[in-house]
Amino acid sequence: MKKINYLEIEGRSKGFWTLLGTLGAITLAGIAAFFYMEHSGHHVTGMDNQIVWGMPHVFAVFLIVAASGALNVASIGTVFGKAIYKPLGRLSTLMAIALLAGGLMVLVLDLGRPDRLVIAMTYYNFKSIFAWNIILYNGFFAVTIVYIWMMMEKKMVGYYRPAGIVAFIWRLILTTGTGSIFGFIVARSAYDAAIMAPMFIIMSFSFGLAIFLLVLMLGYQWTERPLGDAIVKRLKNLLGVFVAAVLYFSLAYHLTNLYATEHHDVEKFILAGDSIHTTLFWVMQILIGGIIPLAIIYSKLSKSRTWLGLATLLIIVGGLAQMYVIIIGGQAFPLDIFPGMEIVSSSFADASSYHAYNPSTPEIILGVSGIAVAMLIITMGVRILKFMPLTLADKDVDPHNKG
Amino acid sequence: MSNQESSSQGISRRKFLGASAATAGLSVASGVSLISVAEAKPLDTAISSDQRWGMLIDTNKCATGCTSCVDACNTENGLNTGDEQLSRQSQKAQWIRKVELRDKTTGHEVSLPLMCQHCENPPCVDVCPTGASFKREDGVVLVDKHICIGCRYCMMACPYKARSFIHEELLNQVEDVPRGKGTVESCTLCVHRIDEDTNNRRDPACAEACNTAGHKAMVFGDMKDTNSEISKQLKKHSSKAIRADLKLNPGVRYRGI
Amino acid sequence: MKYLRMLLAMITIVLTSTIVMAEVPSPTIPKGNAEKCVKPTGEMRVNHMNYILHQRDETMYDGIRTEQFSFKKCINCHTVKDEAGKVVTYKDERHFCNSCHTYAAVKIDCFDCHASTPNSRNKASTAGGKH
Repeated sequence: MKKINYLEIEGRSKGFWTLLGTLGAITLAGIAAFFYMEHSGHHVTGMDNQIVWGMPHVFAVFLIVAASGALNVASIGTVFGKAIYKPLGRLSTLMAIALLAGGLMVLVLDLGRPDRLVIAMTYYNFKSIFAWNIILYNGFFAVTIVYIWMMMEKKMVGYYRPAGIVAFIWRLILTTGTGSIFGFIVARSAYDAAIMAPMFIIMSFSFGLAIFLLVLMLGYQWTERPLGDAIVKRLKNLLGVFVAAVLYFSLAYHLTNLYATEHHDVEKFILAGDSIHTTLFWVMQILIGGIIPLAIIYSKLSKSRTWLGLATLLIIVGGLAQMYVIIIGGQAFPLDIFPGMEIVSSSFADASSYHAYNPSTPEIILGVSGIAVAMLIITMGVRILKFMPLTLADKDVDPHNKG
Repeated sequence: MSNQESSSQGISRRKFLGASAATAGLSVASGVSLISVAEAKPLDTAISSDQRWGMLIDTNKCATGCTSCVDACNTENGLNTGDEQLSRQSQKAQWIRKVELRDKTTGHEVSLPLMCQHCENPPCVDVCPTGASFKREDGVVLVDKHICIGCRYCMMACPYKARSFIHEELLNQVEDVPRGKGTVESCTLCVHRIDEDTNNRRDPACAEACNTAGHKAMVFGDMKDTNSEISKQLKKHSSKAIRADLKLNPGVRYRGI
Repeated sequence: MKYLRMLLAMITIVLTSTIVMAEVPSPTIPKGNAEKCVKPTGEMRVNHMNYILHQRDETMYDGIRTEQFSFKKCINCHTVKDEAGKVVTYKDERHFCNSCHTYAAVKIDCFDCHASTPNSRNKASTAGGKH
């Protein structure tokens, strides 16, 4: 195994500054949106007493789930000892930190009282999965920073594998915790399912790897460093398996619900209703986020980096749509307070067949700025420290390549 | 109530009830509830789990189209009395609402008020990350707005959709009922009334208004006191909790659903 | 060199004494409406934040609302009226709490939720304990 040379990117080109400027501008827009929403109160948003979690949460949960999955690549190299993944470890860990930071930023900025974050970190109700998540998310930062330190510090190379194992287990618990936010809710027909936690784990694998592959390809193309097909092929095939797995979990979830008569109403709402959620489910989540990327990955088209990049983008968009259907769709469907009865009238939106949600501009900007912050951290990271290997060409990384 | 010491409890209570029967008509008409608590709790001692506050609602007596309870709650707690100007209707706080139901198969129609059910095993308390959503020892489920961070998880978790979030800055709060932007709230069973002088304890505003309006569909009281009006009615008539399958054991029960 | 040092010393003394003797404005804190507060003024000045923080839990979790523990009663007593005779809210600088807190630059968020003026409903209340 040849020695890997890591080097900071040059970071002097016009393209670099344009990228930094764009990401910075979106981040500033997000902060401005936050100030506006926090100062006026949530009445300026599309959220109300029926849809209490909106676009910011869709983006935040997506980013948090993807963060945990982005660490997968490093884990495969460290924990499972696959040599070809080892050079990617530092970049993978950086991405995990960046995506989590972006997601958490959006989540915290949408709180009703973000000034009380210190209260959230000092008063704990340990029966609440949210309280556990606060500890898990903060701990994840600590664990991954230690992991990166072990990777980058020559003296610490002996602790590299234990740190990797801790990080791997920690992020599995973290993602289970994120899925359980929904899985533990007995009140709503779309939640209250044990499958939510493992489904979130598998979603994290898929979304995290898609983002990793996209950032990897773009990063090496824009810095004109070599990225060989050996690594890309491996990652692409793994991604295909994960995308298929997400489709399978979706199938299992919906099939189970379809079997139980009590869940027929909510299934009809999602799968065959006349709201945006049905379109998002079939067109965005299943077709664009699942079937088309699979077709690209497992066909000759995947030899083209452009097509592969498109596939990862589709997976990401499909993933956002899936989050929207889970989070917003689950709230839009009215609670089944009186089974067998029809609500003729109520002043609290119990009566309608579903509750419409119209996201406001500040909410969407805040959500998108989470992605911008994550990408900003990655860009600055590879510029300042040695995260990116100088070359990932086949002859330099592939242990089976004699070249 | 000093003559109601332990040895003469039974006789004193009978005399008390006998005497109050005559004044009951007058009392009920003016909205004062029938009190039958054995010992008065001094105002400066803590509440205890010796009591559990609850409500029994008889939907047979609940009139379609009547919103006396909702209006009384709004006035008592300062809701929707001009303070939430900027919020949309779906963003405005609702602590109690009237719901009109029809059975899909039989066509039977029912009208009932729905508010926080003050469960014994509240999901909202389970999910609150800071513990702001809590259950008091005497069964009232409240939000401690000092530590509420406004995450709205309790709103997701409530099976009755009882909680509201405040979407704008409020300036005209009623002094008994603090409410603020960015925190979550719900029916408090008029806890500020419960904690008042025991001898003069008033019913929650909704029950009081229902009595005044003449429907008398809502009975409030201590479910652990076997002599209270609510305990007697619960024992005598069949009643049930909404979404009883969730096994939350609410403090609010209904007849006629 | 000796004279330079003397000059520097004189300038220092003049400047320091000017600063020390200059008028530092004190906040004017309006008197409450009752004879005395639930605790002596000096004690309140030093400890009121601790009392408020502790007693709010006694009220919320234990239901104790007697005078010493009631924030509402603090507000009802410590009212400040404007020229028209109307009680000012915390948005006004003359509000009792603001008279010191603005001076001390310590932000409070009590009035995000609590009423900053006496504000009972227009119905006549029958229970005891209210002003």
